[in-house]
Amino acid sequence: MTEALAPSAKSSNVASSTPDTMEWDSRARRMVMIYLPLSCFVLILLFPFYWMAITSFKPNAELLNYKAHNPFWISSPTLAHIKHLLFETAYPHWLMTTMSVAIGATFISLFSSTLAAYAIERLRFRGSPYVGLGIYLAYLVPPSILFIPLATVVVQFGLFDSPLALILVYPTFLVPFCTWLLIGYFKSIPYELEECALVDGATRLQILRRITLPLAVPGLISAGIFSFTLSWNEFIYALAFIQSSANKTVPVAILTELVSGDVYQWGALMAGSLLGSLPVAIFYSLFVDYYVSSLTGAVKE
Amino acid sequence: MSVTTLPSRRLVHRQPGWLVRLFDYKPFLIVICLTPAIGLLLVFLTYPLGLGVWLAFTDTTIGRRGVFVGLENFQYLLSDPLWWNAVFYSVFYTAVATFGKFALGFWLALLLNNHFPFKSLLRAIVLLPWIVPTVLSALAFWWIYDPQFSIISYLLVDVLHLRATNVDFLGSPWPARFSLIAANIWRGIPFVAISLLAGLQTISPSLYEAAMLDGATAWQRFRYITFPMMLPILAIVMTFSIIFTFTDFQLVYAITRGGPVNSTHLLATLAFQRGIAGGELGEGAAIAVSMIPFLIFATLFSYFGLARRKWQQGESND
Repeated sequence: MTEALAPSAKSSNVASSTPDTMEWDSRARRMVMIYLPLSCFVLILLFPFYWMAITSFKPNAELLNYKAHNPFWISSPTLAHIKHLLFETAYPHWLMTTMSVAIGATFISLFSSTLAAYAIERLRFRGSPYVGLGIYLAYLVPPSILFIPLATVVVQFGLFDSPLALILVYPTFLVPFCTWLLIGYFKSIPYELEECALVDGATRLQILRRITLPLAVPGLISAGIFSFTLSWNEFIYALAFIQSSANKTVPVAILTELVSGDVYQWGALMAGSLLGSLPVAIFYSLFVDYYVSSLTGAVKE
Repeated sequence: MSVTTLPSRRLVHRQPGWLVRLFDYKPFLIVICLTPAIGLLLVFLTYPLGLGVWLAFTDTTIGRRGVFVGLENFQYLLSDPLWWNAVFYSVFYTAVATFGKFALGFWLALLLNNHFPFKSLLRAIVLLPWIVPTVLSALAFWWIYDPQFSIISYLLVDVLHLRATNVDFLGSPWPARFSLIAANIWRGIPFVAISLLAGLQTISPSLYEAAMLDGATAWQRFRYITFPMMLPILAIVMTFSIIFTFTDFQLVYAITRGGPVNSTHLLATLAFQRGIAGGELGEGAAIAVSMIPFLIFATLFSYFGLARRKWQQGESND
């Protein structure tokens, strides 16, 4: 290797983290091959949200008259739909129910899956891989085949029509996911740290509380926000187990309470969808990196 | 990692009480740690799963305990054209939507794997359809598919003048089927793209350099490096995608509720309609149980995908 080759090798190294970025990639070619399709993707992926947002601020007259008004823009924005939603329906109540269900389910799942992941990954007993596999298989059981028997179980426990039923049932799909995520995180913490603490005479629970958990905080945050989002978005259990209007969660309530009669109140419906999506969207924007890492981490495990 | 001090040092010489010793006894601790998770899963997952299979062999209705009727529910389903219709549409929906999601998602992942400004922002935006509650985005699609005020019809008729009449998205069977599939693909692309992007980033760049030196074209690099290296992660992501597309409920329930004339029922929505809305718990459970063979098939697919990974890397890692 000569000195002259070194700079070029270095520059190709920088470029090589993305294999397609090569010197011969001209600007125009990049434009057509990358930016054009990419902007199409973004346009299509975002359009329904744009449409949702713009519909919820349009007055009814403008909403149903494309001839006189350009449908892609609002000439006289109004807050009427949102006002209707907040003050003439039980929307704030649904929001509170959803929030408490999501928080409750998240706490239960985080608590039990942290302990389970710690036992499987760190206490290591005979059969621990099988317990891990069993929990993984639980993740593959979709809610659609469980909701009918679960409805009878919920009735047996006297929890029908109670948000408590949802808080107890949501962990069935949250615990497997969180446990696998946390097993991955615990694996990345060097075992030597725990051994040192054991030598120093710490009990195992002290080790979990003072060493493992503080180091696994990113994993706990990932698992927590993921559980929160999944419980916020859950639909089929909430639809099957909750009857009274007051106890419904936002996704179910919008679909069953706001869709009434033959004339759909599109403005109110879209305003409801927008407001129902906003909490998770804000939550998401605060923790994007955790979402991406937990999503990809769970897939890689 | 900046963990330098062990805070437990001052606890060394304290005499532990019996409770502390009990909690430090490993078998006891294992049981304690596993109880909440295993307990929850046994009560609310394993037991209902078994109960569901049992219900499928009874004639239970809401409010009345059923008796064992053998295979009657399944015999009835086999002679029920609606069930066959739902099986057909479930398989069709899963096949077409999965193909669409993976073709477009893989493409998007390859695009996102390039260098360009605002990359992380773009990645965040792309994941948005997956974060937002499905029912709520389904409502947006319902509005987009409106027979009179569909924005797509407006574009095609009034702006581009490609058609003379509005598109009838949800009014007749086949357009409704494809409209639902389009919504499902829209919702599934982000998950596929972001998972595959993570896989793409683990492929060593030196492989591409070697191929470039050997004069491989872009297509050859994709065909002989990217694709084979991505197979294991593709298999896993696809298994999840297939399972959750096949048992999809929200999109169909929100947009068409199985109509028009029951043409867009998936097995899950049919089970809901018969089991919860119609009160025939036994029959609904039988429909739900009839999904299980398909799911087992998908899981086996995943198993062989995983086995292939070990073989490819030439070692038994985890």
